[in-house]
Amino acid sequence: MNAAAEPIRYVAKNMRLDQRLIAEMVEAGSRVLDIGCGDGALIEYLSRTRGCDARGIEIDMAEVTHAVGRGLPVMHGDADADLAQYPDGAFDYVVLSRTLQAVEKPREVLRQMLRIGARAVVSFPNFGHWQLRWQLLTRGRMPMTSVWGRYWYETPNIHPCTIRDFFDLCTQEGYRVERWLAVDDAGQRSPWRRAPRLANLFGEQALFLLRKA
Amino acid sequence: MDTTPLPQVAHQHLVFEDGLALDCGRHLARLEVAYRTYGTLNAARSNAILICHALTGDQYVAEPQPLTGKPGWWELVVGPGKPIDTDRYFVLCANVLGGCMGSTGPRSPRDDGPGLWGTDFPPVTVHDMVAAQRKLVTHFGISRLFAVIGGSMGGMQVLEWAASYPEMVFAAVPIATAAYHSAQNIAFDEVGRQAIFADPDWKGGRYWEDGTIPARGLAVARMCAHITYLSEDALNRKFGRRLRTRPTAPEGATTDGTPTAAPPPSVFSDKFEVQSYLHHQGSTFVRRFDANSYLAITRAMDYFDLAAEYDGNLAAAFAGTRTRFLLVSFTSDWLFPTSESRAIARALNGVAANVSFVEIASDKGHDAFLLDEPDFFRTLSGFLSGCAEHAGLAPSSREESSREEPPR
Repeated sequence: MNAAAEPIRYVAKNMRLDQRLIAEMVEAGSRVLDIGCGDGALIEYLSRTRGCDARGIEIDMAEVTHAVGRGLPVMHGDADADLAQYPDGAFDYVVLSRTLQAVEKPREVLRQMLRIGARAVVSFPNFGHWQLRWQLLTRGRMPMTSVWGRYWYETPNIHPCTIRDFFDLCTQEGYRVERWLAVDDAGQRSPWRRAPRLANLFGEQALFLLRKA
Repeated sequence: MDTTPLPQVAHQHLVFEDGLALDCGRHLARLEVAYRTYGTLNAARSNAILICHALTGDQYVAEPQPLTGKPGWWELVVGPGKPIDTDRYFVLCANVLGGCMGSTGPRSPRDDGPGLWGTDFPPVTVHDMVAAQRKLVTHFGISRLFAVIGGSMGGMQVLEWAASYPEMVFAAVPIATAAYHSAQNIAFDEVGRQAIFADPDWKGGRYWEDGTIPARGLAVARMCAHITYLSEDALNRKFGRRLRTRPTAPEGATTDGTPTAAPPPSVFSDKFEVQSYLHHQGSTFVRRFDANSYLAITRAMDYFDLAAEYDGNLAAAFAGTRTRFLLVSFTSDWLFPTSESRAIARALNGVAANVSFVEIASDKGHDAFLLDEPDFFRTLSGFLSGCAEHAGLAPSSREESSREEPPR
């Protein structure tokens, strides 16, 4: 909770908004594994400014080469297959940003994250947003928005879920939601913090900090 | 084929009179380690990089090889401003134990009687090679190497270093390698060894007694091995099915330009370009490498199985390691395929080690690690810079000046 109050002193140029919000959730000096780390912007920020031992896994080899070429500890691998290799409790935080909806077995990936890490930080695009609901209701077709911008037959997002769905899964799996927040399309933190139903309607992206209950 | 013995060349070396205890139980009474260095060791002795060479490599990493006069085998990678920047790092490379470029090996005088070791040289292991290098490193007063880097058999030594002396290795870069030699790799080595044994000039390994070398056998061994260092795509690209358009003049041909009668077609004449390429590889190799060394070193590679040293559990070899690893493989390498590097990565993940792992796209096969691969160079130099930051090494003057450049 204290981490949220700390101002962000330095923001890597290439950090996305959700990565900045994630960085706020991670305590300084901790061990972090970022799954789907892309070019390593988050781990670079965490290790340079927060003294973290931050590492990454990335499936796109060009991104891996780019990240390692910048001196970041990143390895080629994928969330579904490679998390099982790590020992229990190897990390303080395991981060999965904007990837949960694209993995083959989201529930298993979450289990692995909370096995190898004390906490899991998960962000995903919310399929319960009102625009999606409205489009589906009025047009009767798969919705298309700026966040969900690919046709149904070519999207990598094979497991979309809503914020309420995710709360349910956490209850079912016995995970404690330590923090959560939703952001709207302008990237502002939503005012519906204590109201999951409203967040589910107006939040475009969700961010959860979990630990085992 | 030229069967005169290799010339004796003086190599820079150290002598360890206390010898070396070998894995096989024997004790070498006297150990010589030939080596070369590049760059300057800093006052804290914290900027040393040990490079481990491959099967037929040597310590002449970044300067002409004295026997062939050809450029060092890793001049693309090691030097001022290169990925392994000798303006910043002190680079050290030793000829492996069992080698033929000045370190103790089959060409050395035996320590228990007259003559050379030859095939009586005790069977050495990759671990023995590393133990010999450790004596050299310690001699330089280096208590921790900033990095240990090597490809192929050099990568095996890197893994052995990281497992045996983890406190001495800040960063480890095993390239195009494996934690054990596969049955297929052992099989190829065996073809090479049998070719040497089948050469009557080998004389049961005692060829050095009457001043010859088993040139034909060793050349065939090299040709066979060389195929495994390339890829089908690389062979197709370089040679395809092209025939040699100008056959070499047969022996005794006139040199004044008058055409000689074309030799009658024969199954023995070189036909395809790839054939003459291989012949060239074989005949030049025998002018720089010793057959008994080849036997000793391929045996060491074949017996390498790091997991076996730790009850079959590769992860246990790295338990508690604080070394930072960079694993590199190449897409078209079928001798040490990516799956081997991935297996090492899996073991390192099993102990939550700090691992970077990159597979470089290249059609050049196993040899890609010796060739111009810009993605590989960027990866290696970026990894080393990142590690240098963590190790507290001062940036090179080049990096410093680029940082101080005012923003435009």
